[in-house]
Amino acid sequence: MSGETHEGVHRHPAPTGFIRKYIFSLDHKVIGIQYIILALAAVLVGMTMSLLMRLKLSWPDHGWSLLGALFPGGAPNGVMNPEFYLSLVTMHGTIMVFFVLTTAPQGGFGNYFLPIQIGAEDMAFPLLNMMSFWVTLVGFVVILAAIFFSGAESTVGPIGGWTGYAPLSALGAIAGPGQGMGMNLWIISIAIFCVGSLLGALNFITTLLNMRTKGMSLMRMPLTCWAWFTTAVLALLSFPVLLGGGILLLLDRVAGTSFFIPGGLYVSGVLSGSTANFPLHTGGSPILWQHLFWFFGHPEVYIAILPGMGATSHILATFARKPVFGYRAMVFAIFAIGLLGFFVWGHHMFISGMSPYSAIAFSVLTLSIGVPSAVKTFNWLGTLWGGRIRFTCAMLFALGFVSLFVAGGISGLILGQSSLDLAMHDTYIVPAHFHLVMGVASIFGMFAALYFWFPKMFGRYMNETIGKFHFWVTFIGVYCIFVPMHVMGLVGMPRRYSQFTEYEFLHGLHPLVLFVSISAIITITVQLVFYFNVIWSIFKGAKAPDNAWDATTLEWNTASPPPHDNFAGILPTVYHGPYEFAVPGAPNDFVMQTDAAVEVPSGNGHNGHQH
Amino acid sequence: MATMVTSTRTVTAKTTGSGPKRPGPNGNGRNGHSHFEPDANANRYRVGMWVALASISMLFTALSSAYIVRAGSSNDWVSIAMPKVLLLSTALILVSSITLEVSRRNLKSAAFSGYGRWLLITMFLGLGFLASQLLAWKQLARQGVYLVSNPHSSFFYLLTAVHAVHLICGLLALIFLWVRSRFKKELKVTPRGQAVADAVTIYWHFMDALWIYLFLLLFLWR
Repeated sequence: MSGETHEGVHRHPAPTGFIRKYIFSLDHKVIGIQYIILALAAVLVGMTMSLLMRLKLSWPDHGWSLLGALFPGGAPNGVMNPEFYLSLVTMHGTIMVFFVLTTAPQGGFGNYFLPIQIGAEDMAFPLLNMMSFWVTLVGFVVILAAIFFSGAESTVGPIGGWTGYAPLSALGAIAGPGQGMGMNLWIISIAIFCVGSLLGALNFITTLLNMRTKGMSLMRMPLTCWAWFTTAVLALLSFPVLLGGGILLLLDRVAGTSFFIPGGLYVSGVLSGSTANFPLHTGGSPILWQHLFWFFGHPEVYIAILPGMGATSHILATFARKPVFGYRAMVFAIFAIGLLGFFVWGHHMFISGMSPYSAIAFSVLTLSIGVPSAVKTFNWLGTLWGGRIRFTCAMLFALGFVSLFVAGGISGLILGQSSLDLAMHDTYIVPAHFHLVMGVASIFGMFAALYFWFPKMFGRYMNETIGKFHFWVTFIGVYCIFVPMHVMGLVGMPRRYSQFTEYEFLHGLHPLVLFVSISAIITITVQLVFYFNVIWSIFKGAKAPDNAWDATTLEWNTASPPPHDNFAGILPTVYHGPYEFAVPGAPNDFVMQTDAAVEVPSGNGHNGHQH
Repeated sequence: MATMVTSTRTVTAKTTGSGPKRPGPNGNGRNGHSHFEPDANANRYRVGMWVALASISMLFTALSSAYIVRAGSSNDWVSIAMPKVLLLSTALILVSSITLEVSRRNLKSAAFSGYGRWLLITMFLGLGFLASQLLAWKQLARQGVYLVSNPHSSFFYLLTAVHAVHLICGLLALIFLWVRSRFKKELKVTPRGQAVADAVTIYWHFMDALWIYLFLLLFLWR
């Protein structure tokens, strides 16, 4: 890349060709937006699937003529088959967890803002960054291919849930619809996704360690950077385990090994080893797959939510006009959550027949995650306390994040106890719990982030009126969807069943199921308003100044949108911590990290305010 | 509405207090160099390599733990005899680590011809290692021991294959270094050139150690 000298300043103009500028771009900002677009597309697919699932659950025998026309095999006359429903469950979970909750917070916002917030011109390895996006996109194409080439007429992909438990997932086409090519594509897609995420994580960690600008000490970084960094460490150490497990699973399926398949299986009327298309298997361990999967799977939920926590801290401080309460405690809480996240995978396996002593250990470790989580919640409330709160859309979604995180986290304390989980496992209380705390809360974190950083990314504000409508309907909507599910779980409604007409003890719950479905339909419809707001605001939104929210961190110190090299050739020097709001004696009520002139009192902790 | 500012204290820098030491204006964030200058932040290649190795370690940790669990949890485990040619593989890769280290030190002391020559020798030793691994597979296949024969052979083929894939990546990196040493001579002397060579060397040593580990795991733990 060539620099042109202009009054002693090295500027780095963006490439001018369309392809290098917008398609195969090395610019972390373009790559970040590409990730966000990928997530916005993937979430449409995942959301449509959840809508179809709600339709099946509420009106199991109704024929949806459009569906019948599109999927004559899976929904004859528009009535969805159970297999069709189960493949929807699988694909909804997989697409949402991997291609939405992992790509948007980390690949999207992390890519765009981590380098700017630490004062770097780009990621440490721009080429690797570009590859990580394109590899992830290939993974997405492969998972979409699983919808259309599942190998069975009656499904839209494999059947196995997002966890793909062996031996069902390991046996191949003999095990039933969707277990042929669909499952192969599913595994391959996940493996490709692992590689893409690893490239990204490697880049994030190196960038943060090596590319900070002058004065940007670790304890002066915004909490968002700490969250992205910890997320990258989790991804770096957990995705290889899934990759390893995926390789073993694929070998079981295509090569006939027996890593996960026990001996003597009798499947679809065929004994293992008696025919050519069901080779002899002996001695494999299905539980081994569960261990490998959940060793990845639990850190994965923190990969989804930690960036949301970072964004929430950042946004709460900005709009409460106060420093983050207990910055250092927040940093260590992020670390503690990340570290403990590696030692609790067994709590997903309490009913796998594990020793009760192991279960107690996993249980105690699980509940101890409540401590750093409570530290974070307490500090968020402490940040709000006595602040002059500006209720922008970004702030509302950040507050919504705190609310959902607490509401969803509470049931985690219940499910984390092995004795209670034995009864509640695989009932609706589990989806209720994880949707609130890792699904919707993370999404709220991303909504907050988008409303907050939109003026930086596009130079225009998102429409606040539409945004507030979007917030209130979504906020009330998700509670209407997921709170009743707790009740269903306590009654004993099992998850992953396509209909409950056969179970008399569940008939009384049908009005609740209907209520949830109607809430879901309304909430999903309102998301279209959000899509409209994004597209409309890019072109027609109110123009935003460079520092759109009177914020302090480095991204607000450059143009909107930032130039190709982020700071137009002059890297900023950092003099202050990230959250110098309400500074006594300062000319404004905030001090930007680059303001050299203002002396901020030092002393207690990073920020100099006496508590 | 209560606000944070409750008094108008005079603003002075305090030096006491329990907080972290304040970094000076040019504090701990280390550089402020333009990223677009090729030699700035050259250390990122070494840092990035260590981070990548952490990830690769986790992959092999996962496969090893699967190996140990699978070995301990069933009664269908039949240990395969070690193909003797693996001793040759081990010797080759050990020597290749030494030659690459010699090459790296040549570069450090600006002895460029030695650098290129030892790179080439390392590449051939690496190719020799891969050939020797292939021979081991052939020996086993001649005995009728295949991927699906029993869990131990499954893991043997799998672990050697995954290691070989990583080693081939290392070989490609060596070829890259060698081609560059021939045709873009000016890059050799820069801090960036040195950092890239260091990173490749670290990777190669790691692959060497990884093979020793896998060898011991496969034929001592059974």
